[in-house]
Amino acid sequence: MLSPQAIEKIDYELTKYPADQRQAAVMSALRIVQTERGWLSKESITEIAQYLRMPEIAAMEVASFYNMYDLSPVGKYKITICTNISCMLRDSDVIVNHLKTKLSVGFNEVTPDGKFCLKEGECMGCCGGAPLMHVNNTEMHEFLTVEKVDAILEELK
Amino acid sequence: MVTRKSAVDKTSLHKPVVMTDLKGQTLVTLRTLTEDNPASLETYIKLGGYSALRRIVTEKTKATDIITEVKTSGLRGRGGAGFPTGLKWSFMPRYFDGVKYLVCNSDEGEPGTFKDRDIIRYNPHQLIEGMAIAAYTLGARVGYNYIHGEIWQDYEIFEAALHEAEAAGYLGENILGTNFNFDLYAVHGYGAYICGEETALIESIEGKKGQPRFKPPFPASYGVFGKPTNVNNTESYSSIPWILEHGGQAFADLGVPNSGGTKLFSVSGHVEKPGNYEVKMGTPFSELLELAGGIWKGRKLKAVIPGGPSTPVMPAEAIMAATMDYEGLSKARSSLGAGSMIVMDETTCMVKALHRLSYFFYEESCGQCTPCREGTGWVYRVIDRIVNGKGKMEDLDLLTDVSNNIAGRTICALGEAAATPVLSFIKHFRPEFEYYIQHGKSMVESQ
Repeated sequence: MLSPQAIEKIDYELTKYPADQRQAAVMSALRIVQTERGWLSKESITEIAQYLRMPEIAAMEVASFYNMYDLSPVGKYKITICTNISCMLRDSDVIVNHLKTKLSVGFNEVTPDGKFCLKEGECMGCCGGAPLMHVNNTEMHEFLTVEKVDAILEELK
Repeated sequence: MVTRKSAVDKTSLHKPVVMTDLKGQTLVTLRTLTEDNPASLETYIKLGGYSALRRIVTEKTKATDIITEVKTSGLRGRGGAGFPTGLKWSFMPRYFDGVKYLVCNSDEGEPGTFKDRDIIRYNPHQLIEGMAIAAYTLGARVGYNYIHGEIWQDYEIFEAALHEAEAAGYLGENILGTNFNFDLYAVHGYGAYICGEETALIESIEGKKGQPRFKPPFPASYGVFGKPTNVNNTESYSSIPWILEHGGQAFADLGVPNSGGTKLFSVSGHVEKPGNYEVKMGTPFSELLELAGGIWKGRKLKAVIPGGPSTPVMPAEAIMAATMDYEGLSKARSSLGAGSMIVMDETTCMVKALHRLSYFFYEESCGQCTPCREGTGWVYRVIDRIVNGKGKMEDLDLLTDVSNNIAGRTICALGEAAATPVLSFIKHFRPEFEYYIQHGKSMVESQ
C-alpha cells in the first residue's frame, strides 16, 4: 500500500498533467516511492502502476530504463560517483579507489552492515565541480578530495 | 585538511562553480551573478527582469513581430544543434484547436556540459520569463522544464522559483492582469543521457522510457501528448528576455555574423579554474583558456573537445587558432556543440580517454536501433582489448569501419555522437593508438 505521504506527493505531480495522462507522473512516482522505501521492489512498482492506472509492464520498463532507479536494495546510503571524462581527467579514480578500500566494496555492492552501496555513475552535468559524487540521488558533493570524502562518510551515520 | 563541518555544509553546495568574466562584459543569461542573491525574484526584477514580458502582454505585441525580433538577434539553439530559434518558432502552427505545449530541454548529460544547471540555480526567473514570452508568442498554454535528474537540489530551486513567479502574477491565469494564461511546471529525468534528444525527452515527459521518435513528424506538429510542441534549450529561452529588452540587433551585435549574442562555455578538465564562462560569440579560445586560469599545474595543452564528445576532438594547435562561434569551429573542422570545452593536458592518454567515452555511449544507447545498440558495444569491446594489451593493428580499421556503419544509420543523433570521438581521436592521435597496440601500454604514461 502506498503511504498517505507518498500519495500526497504523487497527487501533486499529477496536477502537472492533463487528467487523462496519469502515466506521465510515473517518473516522479517511482522517485517518490524509492526515496521512501530505499529501493523499488516489484510490489512497489505494481502499486505505483495501479495507482496511475497504467500497465505494470510499462511502469517496469521505465524503472529499468533510467539508471537512478534501484531495482535491488542499495543500503542506507547510495554513493554514486561519476567516472566520465571530465571527472576522470581530474582523478576520479583516486576517489573511487579510496571509497572501495575504505568501504571494502566494489561497484554495485552493499557493505555487510547495509549502510553503504557504491555505484559508478554516468555524467551528472556538473563537470565544473569534478571529481564529484551523489548521495542517495539528491546530495551533490563536488571538488572531492580524499579528506573531503572521509569527512562526508563520517557524517553519514 | 577539510573540517567535517565544511565538507557537508549545505550552504557550500550552492556556491558558484561559475567564474564568469564580470569585468565590463555584457552578461545575458547569467546577468544576476553580479548580485548577492542571484536566484531571487527581487534581484531579477531589480535588473529589469519581467519588463519585456510585461510590455508584450500589456501592449499585446503581435507574435510575428516577436518572431522577427528573435530572427534578427541571430540566436541559434544553444543545446548543440545551433538551429536558428526564430525560424524554429515559425514552424509552430498558428491556429490549432487544442492545447499547444512548450518544452525546455534542461537535460544536460553530455560529458562536459553543465551550463544550464547554473542558469537554473542562479537565474531561474530569466528562464521562466523567456518561456512565458515564448508561450505568448506561440500560443502555448502549458509548459514543462525537463531537468536532469542528477541535479536534484537545483530542481528544487527551480520549482521554488516557479511558485514565486506564479504568486507574483507572472505565470498561471490572467498573467499581469491580461487574458494571457500559461502554466509552467518542472519535471525531471532520472538518469538517461538519451533524454537530451528532444523526442526521447517528450516520451519521458509522457511517462515512458526515453526512446527517440522517428521524424517526421517533428514536435511542432506532433509533440507532447501528440500536440504541437516547441522545444528549446535552457540557454536559448533565457536569452529571449534580453533580446526583447534591448532589441534583436543589439544581441546580434554582441557576437559575430551568424553567431549572435553571448554564449556560456562550460570549461572542464585540466584547467586551473573549471566553470562556466559567459563570453561573446567569436571570442578566441586562447582568451577563454586564460579566463579559466590556463592549463593546470603549469603543463602544456594537448587537445580540446570543444562542444562535448559528440563534436570532433581538436589538437592544441587547431584549437588555439580557433574562435568560439559556430563558423569559427566549423572552419576548424569541429563544432561548437553546446559549448562544452573538455580540456586535456600533455599527460592525457588519448586511448584511455576514448576508452571511457566509448563506454559512455555503449551504456547510454537506448537500444532501439541495431547499428547503435550493437555498434557501440562492439567499439567499446575493441578499445577495451587495446587498453588491456590485447589489441591488433587491424583493430584501428575495424573501429573506423564500425563507427562509419553506426553514423547516419540510426533514428537519432546518438549514433553520430558515438562515432565522432572514435573517428576524430584515431584521426588526430593515431600514433598513440598504434603504440598502445604494439607495446601493450600507453605511450604517454611510458614517457
